Amino acid sequence: MSKIHVRCTINGDPQEFLCEARQSLLEVLSEELGFTGTKEGCNDGNCGACSITLDGVLVDSCLVLAVEAEGKQVATVEGVAGPEGLHPLQQKFLEHAALQCGICTPGFLVASKALLEAKPNPTEHEVRHWLAGNLCRCTGYDKIVRAVLDVAGQEK
Amino acid sequence: MTASGNGKIRDFGDRTFKVVGTRPIRHDGADKVTGRAVYGADVQLPGMLFGQVLRSPHAHARIRSIDTSKAAALPGVRSVITGADLPAPASADEMIDLGEGPARVKYLRDNVLATDKILYRGHAVAAVAATSLHVAEEALLMIAVDYEVLAPVVDVLTAMKQDAPQLHDGMTTRVFGEDTGKKSNIAAQMRDELGDIKKGFEEATHIAETEVHTATVHQGYIEPHNGTAQWSQDGSLTIWTSTQGAFTAQKQIAAILGLTVGRVRVIPTEIGGGFGGKIPSYVEPAAALLSQKTGHSVKIVMTRTDTFEGTGPTPGSCVRVKIGVDGAGKITAGEAWIAFESGAYPGCPVGAATMCVFACYKFPNAVVDSFDVVVNKPRSFAYRAPGSTHVAFAVEKVMDELAEKLGRDPVQFRLDNIAEEGVRRSDGVVYPRIGARECLEVVRDSDHYKSALEGPNRGRGVALGYWFNVGLKSSVTASVNADGTVQLVEGSTDIGGTRTSIAMQFAETLGLAAHDINPSVGDTSTVGYTDVTGGSRVTYATGWAAYEAAEDVKRQMIERAAMVWELDADQVEYHNGAFRTLDGSKSIGFKALAGKIDDTGGTVVGQGAVDPAAGVGGSFSANIADVEVDRETGKVSILRYTAVQDAGKAIHPSYVEGQMQGGSVQGIGWALNEEYSYTDEGRMANPTFLDYRIPTALDLPMIETIIVEVPNPGHPYGVRGVGEASIAPPPPTICAAIKNAVGVNLTELPMRPDRVAAALKVAKPSIVAG
Repeated sequence: MSKIHVRCTINGDPQEFLCEARQSLLEVLSEELGFTGTKEGCNDGNCGACSITLDGVLVDSCLVLAVEAEGKQVATVEGVAGPEGLHPLQQKFLEHAALQCGICTPGFLVASKALLEAKPNPTEHEVRHWLAGNLCRCTGYDKIVRAVLDVAGQEK
Repeated sequence: MTASGNGKIRDFGDRTFKVVGTRPIRHDGADKVTGRAVYGADVQLPGMLFGQVLRSPHAHARIRSIDTSKAAALPGVRSVITGADLPAPASADEMIDLGEGPARVKYLRDNVLATDKILYRGHAVAAVAATSLHVAEEALLMIAVDYEVLAPVVDVLTAMKQDAPQLHDGMTTRVFGEDTGKKSNIAAQMRDELGDIKKGFEEATHIAETEVHTATVHQGYIEPHNGTAQWSQDGSLTIWTSTQGAFTAQKQIAAILGLTVGRVRVIPTEIGGGFGGKIPSYVEPAAALLSQKTGHSVKIVMTRTDTFEGTGPTPGSCVRVKIGVDGAGKITAGEAWIAFESGAYPGCPVGAATMCVFACYKFPNAVVDSFDVVVNKPRSFAYRAPGSTHVAFAVEKVMDELAEKLGRDPVQFRLDNIAEEGVRRSDGVVYPRIGARECLEVVRDSDHYKSALEGPNRGRGVALGYWFNVGLKSSVTASVNADGTVQLVEGSTDIGGTRTSIAMQFAETLGLAAHDINPSVGDTSTVGYTDVTGGSRVTYATGWAAYEAAEDVKRQMIERAAMVWELDADQVEYHNGAFRTLDGSKSIGFKALAGKIDDTGGTVVGQGAVDPAAGVGGSFSANIADVEVDRETGKVSILRYTAVQDAGKAIHPSYVEGQMQGGSVQGIGWALNEEYSYTDEGRMANPTFLDYRIPTALDLPMIETIIVEVPNPGHPYGVRGVGEASIAPPPPTICAAIKNAVGVNLTELPMRPDRVAAALKVAKPSIVAG
């Protein structure tokens, strides 16, 4: 199968890659470009472990074809921390012990960051609603929700 | 920088600690929030091929033939294997110990790649290695399998009937350990007896009984199974995999491939959840064989559907329980009948269920009958407190009914019969100091229990659950650095922050800070034998091994201090974080002394290896739930939830709370939503996270926690494992809350909206008013 040339940015850096039309963006990110922080949990858009943003919009990268990244800004968990250190969400996830096995954590961080960019002061219900597309089997969500509310200055 | 905590702690102990009980940031934290942590599917090796597994579309069938020629001819395909490529087991009866129980090698092997018979939908039939994942997928479609389709049986009561389809031609029922020679799907029948059951029920003034049914549910870890194999030309095999136990994986893979364990190295990657389901090896032996045949490394990652259909969920079950009490409200007798669906092969955790069924209370007389039954479902495996949740549902329902008959408060009735030190469990074990009473008293005295619950269709429930915990073998090696930090290598894969809970026990023992220790998880070549991360054992047993390693370091550092001071070692002691002469004239801190190790003989390496057989101390968990039932749809909403559990001593309270919250929520999913839904053909109709619905953030309130600390005398720091007991109480807690809300008495899990709505339709108004 011939390959297609795709140009995009990933976490701000220009990136070019060749992919097959049938490859998902998740597959190309994790298997070919080394962005293994984006995790596969279901490959059918139900667990959110592969959450990324595409031009700022939160998506499941398993449901996006790699060719659809053409001309887009892709942001993954690897871009959440800056040279100055961890993002406040990452810091609060650690302080609240909001992860156990950690496989869902990249997706939750990307999704939570997108939430706070869209809505800086969410209520607990809004956090739970926004994160309902991200499954965690270890924590029961309590500490994740608290960590996000803490960053938003909303934790009681 | 430390973690914050919201939960409450009730400490019944009298010791104070410096590190134990604090909340440091986990050592692997930064890697796990930045995407750097390497999980099984992230493994990349030069020249690596991708494997895929063909699975049976039928639940029960005979394989007449397999034609792989077209698949093998597809460009990019390097090898196609079937069950015929796996070596035959050394003997039909060869057994290996998997840490939490023995397993028959033939069954493990036939589960990895079927030979003649398909026993469940999703049973592996063939595997392909190709240059890309997609070529491998295409190749699977080109493998022609001729099946003789047989009638399946997918529920335990039907499977136990004499005229049911038989899964295994040669299988005969063993009753109380003796082979009866009788062919059936009942692999084994067992019985525990305590006291005189007939006399016990004669003494009863009130008797209540129930029959409950629980669905097959999956551990539901977010990371699918995976394995990458590299078979070297020198005959050695290296496996990278997400596993709960590298050594257990090594044993299984070696046994299935007919190798000695010394030729197999298993490197455990980070693991994305296990809950018991990542003890067995599924794809690793196939990846190894494909690597051997191609000369390349081969990675296989399961799909989500493969994970549901092809890996071991918890057994579905039918449980009958009958309990009698006398006029004073004391239990006189208990009878249990427990039948578990083992799935395709026998050996399910029904034995563990018999240890848990009557564990919460004093039963002077008891009989427990249990049945290990094969059905056309995936071979079941452990799922968090395996077996305990099924039986807790039945027993706690009966306890509520007895309290109602006696006109007593359900918590007080339980306290009047609570298990405590010296009580003999129905399977014969006599309890050491346990914290069941304290857990229930904390429930009784909690803000939640004392709060009013108002509003229509709302109800509250309380229930108790148990897990016995295990000890098993653990190893730790610790090397002292010249700057006073310590490299600690431990053998337990870390699924929930245990690197830190282990390192903290090491630090406490030597008066160091948690972050002076750099813990890492070893592989089968770099650390001593360590059993699985399971049985709630890691913080308990591997933590104990770290304590022993620290004591070993302490002894050696005393010798070094003596060398520096030109004294005999018996003139030096360790006291409160420093080494000093017995006369108190000289003292040196750990870090200062570490700076001198290069001049006093070089590296200091401490070791700890433990195998605690007794003293693990069981853990009890009590829950309070407030629910609201939608009368129209039958949907149950959880308004408030509190989990109480005895941790003995919480090493890192945040991660203890995490276990309590996570276990409770898994139990809530089991109670309300989760099940393998089967078609008449024995096909799982819902093998995706869309249709197999685990709880989301939106389904839940905060899970309040109260950690109870009744120190375990069988551990240096009083630890009881906390990983599992939390999953047992949610189904009966929620069932009681539903009953108190709308008057319906449900006996089947999950308590789906349609079941609640159907029960409401037939419920009499007089009961509803109650």
